[in-house]
Amino acid sequence: MYHAIVFLPLVGFLIAGIFGRIIGPRPSEIVTTALLIVVAVLSWVSFIQVGFGDGATRIQVAQWMSVGDLQVDWAFRIDTLTAMMLVVVNTVSALVHLYSIGYMHEDPHRSRFFAYLSLFTFAMLMLVTSDNLAQMFFGWEGVGLASYLLIGFWYHKDSANSAAMKAFIVNRVGDFGFVLGICLVFVLFNSIAFDQIFPRVADLANNRFHFIGFDWNALTLACLLLFMGAMGKSAQFLLHTWLPDAMEGPTPVSALIHAATMVTAGVFMVARLSPLFEYAPAALTVVTVIGAITAFFAATVGLVQNDIKRVIAYSTCSQLGYMFVGLGVGAYGAGVFHLFTHAFFKALLFLGAGSVIHAMHHEQDIRSMGGLRRYIPFTTAMMAIGTLALTGFPFTAGYYSKDAIIEAAFASHSAAGNFAFLATVIAALMTSFYSWRLFFMTFEGQARWADTHHHHASTHEGAEHDESGHDIGPAAHANHDDHGHGVHRPHESPLVMLVPLALLAFGALVAGAVFHDAFLGHGAEEFWKGALFTRPENHILEEMHHIPGWVPYVPTVMMALGFVLAYYMYIVDNKQPARLAADHPILYRFLLNKWYFDEIYDAIFVRPAIRLGRFLWRTGDQKIIDGLGPDGVSARVLDVTRGVVRIQTGYVYHYAFAMLIGVAALVSFYLFRGTH
Amino acid sequence: MLGFGILSGLLVLPLVGAAFILTLRGDSEAARTNARWIALVTTIVTFLLSLVAWSRFDASSSAFQLVESHAWLTDTIRFKLGVDGFSMPFILLTTFLMPFCIVASWRSIEHRVKEYFVAFLVLEMTMIGVFAALDLVLFYLFFEAGLIPMFLIIGIWGGKRRIYASFKFFLYTLLGSVLMLLAIMAMYWNAGTTDIPTLLKFKFAANLQIWLWLAFFASFAVKMPMWPVHTWLPDAHVEAPTAGSVILAAILLKMGGYGFIRVSLPMFPDASIYFAPLVYSLSVVAIIYTSLVAMVQEDMKKLIAYSSVAHMGFVTMGLFSMNPQGIQGAMFQMVSHGLVSGALFLCVGVVYDRLHTREISAYGGLVERMPLYAVAFMIFTMANVGLPGTSGFIGEFLTLIGAFRANSWVAFFAASGVILSAAYALWLYRRVVYGPLTKPSLQTMTDLNGRELLTLVPLVLLVIYYGVQPGPILDTFAAPTNALMQGYQAALETVKTAAVAAH
Repeated sequence: MYHAIVFLPLVGFLIAGIFGRIIGPRPSEIVTTALLIVVAVLSWVSFIQVGFGDGATRIQVAQWMSVGDLQVDWAFRIDTLTAMMLVVVNTVSALVHLYSIGYMHEDPHRSRFFAYLSLFTFAMLMLVTSDNLAQMFFGWEGVGLASYLLIGFWYHKDSANSAAMKAFIVNRVGDFGFVLGICLVFVLFNSIAFDQIFPRVADLANNRFHFIGFDWNALTLACLLLFMGAMGKSAQFLLHTWLPDAMEGPTPVSALIHAATMVTAGVFMVARLSPLFEYAPAALTVVTVIGAITAFFAATVGLVQNDIKRVIAYSTCSQLGYMFVGLGVGAYGAGVFHLFTHAFFKALLFLGAGSVIHAMHHEQDIRSMGGLRRYIPFTTAMMAIGTLALTGFPFTAGYYSKDAIIEAAFASHSAAGNFAFLATVIAALMTSFYSWRLFFMTFEGQARWADTHHHHASTHEGAEHDESGHDIGPAAHANHDDHGHGVHRPHESPLVMLVPLALLAFGALVAGAVFHDAFLGHGAEEFWKGALFTRPENHILEEMHHIPGWVPYVPTVMMALGFVLAYYMYIVDNKQPARLAADHPILYRFLLNKWYFDEIYDAIFVRPAIRLGRFLWRTGDQKIIDGLGPDGVSARVLDVTRGVVRIQTGYVYHYAFAMLIGVAALVSFYLFRGTH
Repeated sequence: MLGFGILSGLLVLPLVGAAFILTLRGDSEAARTNARWIALVTTIVTFLLSLVAWSRFDASSSAFQLVESHAWLTDTIRFKLGVDGFSMPFILLTTFLMPFCIVASWRSIEHRVKEYFVAFLVLEMTMIGVFAALDLVLFYLFFEAGLIPMFLIIGIWGGKRRIYASFKFFLYTLLGSVLMLLAIMAMYWNAGTTDIPTLLKFKFAANLQIWLWLAFFASFAVKMPMWPVHTWLPDAHVEAPTAGSVILAAILLKMGGYGFIRVSLPMFPDASIYFAPLVYSLSVVAIIYTSLVAMVQEDMKKLIAYSSVAHMGFVTMGLFSMNPQGIQGAMFQMVSHGLVSGALFLCVGVVYDRLHTREISAYGGLVERMPLYAVAFMIFTMANVGLPGTSGFIGEFLTLIGAFRANSWVAFFAASGVILSAAYALWLYRRVVYGPLTKPSLQTMTDLNGRELLTLVPLVLLVIYYGVQPGPILDTFAAPTNALMQGYQAALETVKTAAVAAH
């Protein structure tokens, strides 16, 4: 069964990728989507088997490489954590495949699109089923490749190409740490297979390792290096800059890769390596702090963004920070639970946003929306559910998972935990505010789209329509023009897009309530069966039940406060935001420009690297090395030989001559020796 | 041992083909076609013969196999051939790539067609000779003789600055080879033989090892090429015709690495340990320096040439890490780089044949007109970047592990190549393949034709196959690596004893 789960998407990729041009887009869509639906159903079966039964196992597929002590296999490690990830990945992927049939229906490159989606799914599945670090890295880079290809799917657009490159390269910065982490784990454990590593972690807890001039605790160093990889993939603070730009990709991609699955790979990695991290408390502190900063930072930026997808992207970034806080304070179940619920409501929000963009004919600026509730009521309802779940409205998914993380941060009683508590509580307020701001500006109030639609053409997704007409080309609106006097009226999306929304909304509403007990509650022990390791002295789940009575209400109060604030500013007195921005111009620009991270990185990394490269080339290679070496020598040689021989044949002749001298010397040398 | 074996056959076959081509009269179109076909058939038969050799080869043994020995200059300097796990894959790589080079030159060479193919066949003979020679003098002869046809290929069929490029090539290699010749003499003086298997067992005095090591290093470092003697490579690549670049990158560069593993490491273990820090430093500088330089190149071939230097940095780093992961990884990296860089130069050749420029800025948006080409180029770019699942990853990963075990600083700096390689490779890909197709000269570009597909598809399949199943090549290196490691344990012991005694 697991072979089918992992390899059917690969089959779909190969069919759509190789034969897509022959069989045409429609069969490619059907084949890949059908395969994914089969895989999603199988995943749920395995989830129930493994989580609520006894199906954990290891499946050897083949050997990858064997060099000295280093043995690397292609193998599946199936436990509750993997099974849960299989459900998340395949469910969302299947729904996104389905949704894309509608969303992409005018794009001439649909085969390619579906092939990439399936390739992504395959790589992600290799990642979550990996039984060793190398295979995890295979999946890790594989999803990176798929992400690169999908962000740059509309290769006409310069911005899309830049974003794709940026995503890949920033991720590689993280991978720099990941690779070194793998090396260190191998040096410490003489193996990179989880089965070999985990039982021996405790023995090495106090080992030291000398690395780049410092003496480190070996496990802390290994965990920090590996976490660097996680920071890249999960867009954590300092390595987050690629995620908002990744919104250049088609919206279904944002939902699948940049919200529900790939970006959570870092969270998965830390959870998978919980036996390592548990013995590296310093590394866990770093995880907590980075997570908390990200949760706070991304939320502040999200407050002022005007692009519907960017707001949700920053929200994703922020929620990933929450997950790391959960992991960092030792409440792995809480972090992973948030990963699980977040997949539903964030995919829902993105696909909902896609439906809005579809309705608005590529408009993405929420300042040019408004009043859409009357035109697309179903999408509005779905977005409302997503927003409620995200902000943690009681009994929706986010209420269980996000609040659990905030409580765990409080319960950890450490300095980092207290900081994380504060940061996540404030972030919860901001989350609620920007989510409702988005909702109100998009669906409520006056319609602002009628007159502004055409002025913003340059910012639209897939806007560079050429003869091949990407995204939903102009032809798509032709049908709708008849009821709108030349102005495109928003229209509800087709059924094939609405069904995935409804299913995800169902998940966003009930996933928290249904699985809360298994992931975090009394059933956690039997559910995880050791897939998430905690040291005997880690009592965080226990202590979460003994926190002061006011703490569990804090996030809910924040949620309500954020809603009221947003309601006041965007419904009651909608002049207020502009006034506020005008009163605090520096703060506003600081947030609008995302704390100027892109500019800073450009100034301290990108441009100096290019300048250095140019210097090394022009001065290092051409002036110094060549000038002192061959060019200098050849100039002298030329002086001598000029006029003696014709240059064109001279060099070959010279060369052969030099070799002849060599051979002659050798022969005479032997003759000389022979006579003595 | 009088009979001629299969290895002699590999050496003679290309010469026979060359002789046939030389008998062709005139320069008519028919004669050219015949020359092409003779070259192609010869290289394919040679490849098939090397497969036979491969089938008779026992990878589990570290001994030299298929050995044949004939009297030559003197009793001690013999015409001795043989292969072990280190050399066999390179012979296969050579014979495998030659037909691709012939096919890639099918239409792009217009003048002196016969001579061109003769040069290529002679080149093939010398390259096989280098990998099969079991006598140092013979090794030297092939090592140096191979330069002449390459030289002619650049000098006659090269681009505009071919004279400059071949001159540079000449100056660099001359310096190295003279020193190597001196070292060979000294070794003969000392050990009384130039027989490689005997020399492998011979123990040179530590002091002499230092000098011998340096002399060989001069030659191999230029061939690798290592920083700072790398500047001949970009020029040679840029000026060489496509097939010349392929051979240069895929095989000729590997001679340096092969020299290290055949001569420097096993014969001078003490000196190798002594000089390892030097090699590490040069490797790390090469990886970072040339990657940065690659990033700002405006010429496609130059960019790939600089990236080759960076990849060779991983090779030298792995070789001198002196542990199984490092050495086997480095050897694998060489084979993989042979496939990947060869393929990348073929990719450049495809567009060069159509537009006759290598300027990156002359391209853009090729995917619109050439989707198949875009796919192939993407796969090779990713292999160049070292994406897991392609052969490029295995070598990079293993050499990094090896380096990390030896010295974490080296691994730390080398790992930054992971970031930089992504930067320059994707930047190239983006400027050539992506973006809007606006340039009028590109509007009529055609996608890969059958002949080009024939050259690129097998390489795509191999690059992915060896990325997923590197075993067939990696395991071949295992036995000789183990033998080498045993020699090293002994050398390290003496170093330790000396250190203890010094205290």
